[in-house]
Amino acid sequence: MSAKSATAVAPVRTPVVQPGAASPAPAVRVEGVSQVFERGRPPVLQGMDLTVAPGEFVCLVGASGCGKSTLLGLIAGLSTPTSGRISVSAERPALMFQEPALLPWLTATGNVELALRARGIGRAERRAESDRLLGVVNLTGQGGKRVHELSGGMRQRVALARALAQDSSVLLMDEPFAALDAITRDVLHQELTRVWSEQGLSIVFVTHNVREAARLGQRVVLLGSRPGRVVREWQVDIPQPRTIESPGVSALAAEITRELHQEISRHGQ
Amino acid sequence: MASDNGRGLTLVDREEATDNRAVEAGLDALNTGPDLPPAPGPGRIFVRSVLPPIVFVLLLVGAWQLAYLAKIKPSYALPSPAAVADTFWKTVQDGTAAEAIWTSLSRGAIGFAMSLVIGSLLGLAMWGSRWLRAAIGPFVSGLQSLPSVAWVPAAIIWFQLTDAAIYTVVLLGAVPSIANGLLSGLKQVPPLFDRVGRVLGLSTLGRIRYVLLPAALPGYLGGLRQGWAFAWRSLMAAELITYSPALGQGLGQLLNIGRELSQMSLVITSIALILVVGVAIELLVFAPIERRVLVRRGLTIR
Repeated sequence: MSAKSATAVAPVRTPVVQPGAASPAPAVRVEGVSQVFERGRPPVLQGMDLTVAPGEFVCLVGASGCGKSTLLGLIAGLSTPTSGRISVSAERPALMFQEPALLPWLTATGNVELALRARGIGRAERRAESDRLLGVVNLTGQGGKRVHELSGGMRQRVALARALAQDSSVLLMDEPFAALDAITRDVLHQELTRVWSEQGLSIVFVTHNVREAARLGQRVVLLGSRPGRVVREWQVDIPQPRTIESPGVSALAAEITRELHQEISRHGQ
Repeated sequence: MASDNGRGLTLVDREEATDNRAVEAGLDALNTGPDLPPAPGPGRIFVRSVLPPIVFVLLLVGAWQLAYLAKIKPSYALPSPAAVADTFWKTVQDGTAAEAIWTSLSRGAIGFAMSLVIGSLLGLAMWGSRWLRAAIGPFVSGLQSLPSVAWVPAAIIWFQLTDAAIYTVVLLGAVPSIANGLLSGLKQVPPLFDRVGRVLGLSTLGRIRYVLLPAALPGYLGGLRQGWAFAWRSLMAAELITYSPALGQGLGQLLNIGRELSQMSLVITSIALILVVGVAIELLVFAPIERRVLVRRGLTIR
């Protein structure tokens, strides 16, 4: 690899954001959002505030009942909050689920092309673009495979390619690697970090895996449960590439875990 | 380095990425081995699927021959296999069989096609309207268990001895199965698929066309298959009862001629023809389509 090709993959679309620097239009802004599903029941989210800068990688961690998935659904526009405001810079944020959620009657290519079709892209261009995107997730030449012929890790990469096909600057991820084995997850962490820095995406990554959050995020936000709200957040200044074993990652994960345990213990009293 | 926050790739990152891709490719290869057994050859298919029914039929004919020799019934009631084979051969040779099969099969095809349209529309309507589903759902399911031969007298009173009477019975037999098949197929679509369609930004029509209907296909095909079986049965019941020169001579009518002439060999010949046509449509039309859909989705092994 020459230095020239390295510069060719510099971030596009959004400028590098300095932490703390004033940014004119955040990628995602959640202001005082509360969500009540049933009247008389405690709210799932209460007074939630969250701002994600363009190009920022934010991880949300929390125990069950912190409303992580609900929050992502709200940001994705799948439902509307009971109160509060949500604004997203992208017209339609891309969303990845814990399940790959690929359509089993389509091939890998067909699944990616469906996202392109939804954008109104013509047939010939669809094929070329889906080939390119499958290449981005290291699945060149595998596009003809049907979903059941792919491994769990490959399915999530097809799902990532499909999310990228939405050409949105904001990518929401709902525990996308939770069901994968540890080796595959490590590899996908690296894959995702690479895609993020190449494409200049803003990512909101929800997980219950504290180490995963410390491994991936530029910022980790700890959510409290019942009702879901922000408890604390950490700026992560460990440079990428990190690994799950990096000392800095481990130390941060230990600190977040302590805080998380305190938050969980409150509910047993 | 902290200030650039991990953004932008250096040469080292690039090498790491290449390394990661190699590990990824290795994992992919390890996780996607050839999990399907190789397709069986023609010899194995013959031994496994073709031979057993042939052996069974031969055993059946052998038992029949023994019963005939033992004179369990007088020979007009239980003719010998050879006598039936003779009648069968004559029926085929003088074109009676071909004419009857053509008459019945074309009626069956037209009746099934009408049932397909009406049943599909009904299924869609029941899926779209909760009220409609609650109102007519129980009756549609009830119709499925009502033998459609029960409609024959009513159909004859309404339409006399015409094709319309026959089609009425066929429709009442097949439409409920097709409507219910489509409805259950649509009900079983995982909600996650619809969320995917919404996240991707597909319009309502786009979600129906590209997500909902393909997802409902296996259930729908099951309904079509059952719908055909019911259409064929209803058609035979209707043909057996509505005998009129104006109606031409279908398989059911051929069966009726055998009964009126007390010609048991013609009765058995007709039954055999009805069975063969029903099984042939099932094996040549519905089974391959259904198998293809299920295999493509990884819902069944070969």
